[in-house]
Amino acid sequence: MLSMKRSRTISGDIMIGVQMDLISEEKMAAMTAMEKIRLILDGVKDGKIIVLERGLTPTEEAKLIEMTMTEITPEDFPGIEIESYPSSQNQKLIDRIFRKPVVRTRLTVIGPANQLKTLKKDRDLISALVSSQ
Amino acid sequence: MGLIKRVKKNFSSIFKNLFKKKTAKIGIYGPPNAGKTTLANRIIRDWTGDAMGAVSNVPHETRRARRREGVTIESNGSKVTLDIVDTPGLATKIDFHEFMAHGLEEEEAKRRAKEATEGIIEAVKWLDDLDGVILVMDATEDPFTQVNVTVIGNMEARKLPLLIAANKIDLPESSPARIRSAFPQHPLVPISALEGQNIDALYEEIADHFG
Repeated sequence: MLSMKRSRTISGDIMIGVQMDLISEEKMAAMTAMEKIRLILDGVKDGKIIVLERGLTPTEEAKLIEMTMTEITPEDFPGIEIESYPSSQNQKLIDRIFRKPVVRTRLTVIGPANQLKTLKKDRDLISALVSSQ
Repeated sequence: MGLIKRVKKNFSSIFKNLFKKKTAKIGIYGPPNAGKTTLANRIIRDWTGDAMGAVSNVPHETRRARRREGVTIESNGSKVTLDIVDTPGLATKIDFHEFMAHGLEEEEAKRRAKEATEGIIEAVKWLDDLDGVILVMDATEDPFTQVNVTVIGNMEARKLPLLIAANKIDLPESSPARIRSAFPQHPLVPISALEGQNIDALYEEIADHFG
């Protein structure tokens, strides 16, 4: 896997570094679960760090883990590092009885396991290290 | 989903809780080396006299889900019969070098890594077929791992019962309180699956929670 990318910026400069893709809630909302997972895995396998504004649902996260396992190769792709804040649900009694549970997903960071390392994580903070190899 | 269907579904769930069934399929989940198989062995041994599977310090020792049917647990006047599924440790990455660091030869490490990925897929698929989960967390580790967040999120989204076993309290650096403050919405029992510490409290909670 290529860990460092040589890219041309919007201003035309050539820079070498780790590419980060920050994906909006709106873009993800228009995609199916499999499209989201494909987008993430293709990006991560290309050495990118993917930041999702609204994260994935718990079911999508489980599916992402499953798909990642099918794509692991010993020499090239050891898997992903994924960090998201715990999701929350509508908690009012009236909501629980009459409405479909709404899972509030939150910001999620995903990257190649050999480049993204979590340093510290709690309910509202994710601290991570991005390495160049 | 329409309003009537949603109301029906939610009332059905409430009635199911009121008239609790006496058999449930329970998965033992958690990250590698949290003590899942040690706990499964402890439960099976205590209530049937058998054992579930081998344990070791090398991660991903359990690479196939194992099910033991009809384990009856009685505690504090409550009785529950469970099908217990011991699942491979969930992870988002598998690096064969990690197994080599535990003394395995390269070929053996790669084979184990391949089997571990298959085991994780199996564990994820089992999530669709369970009535509840015992999530085993290593009480000496940071509780906010992605595996814990994902398993808890899935159980909450499916409205299925979850019980946290804060394992390894026999170790001085363990902190079940850290886990409790991270996930206060779920019942938690601090245990040592290895030493059997506080295991009766876990059985009481299992009978109450999954009965």
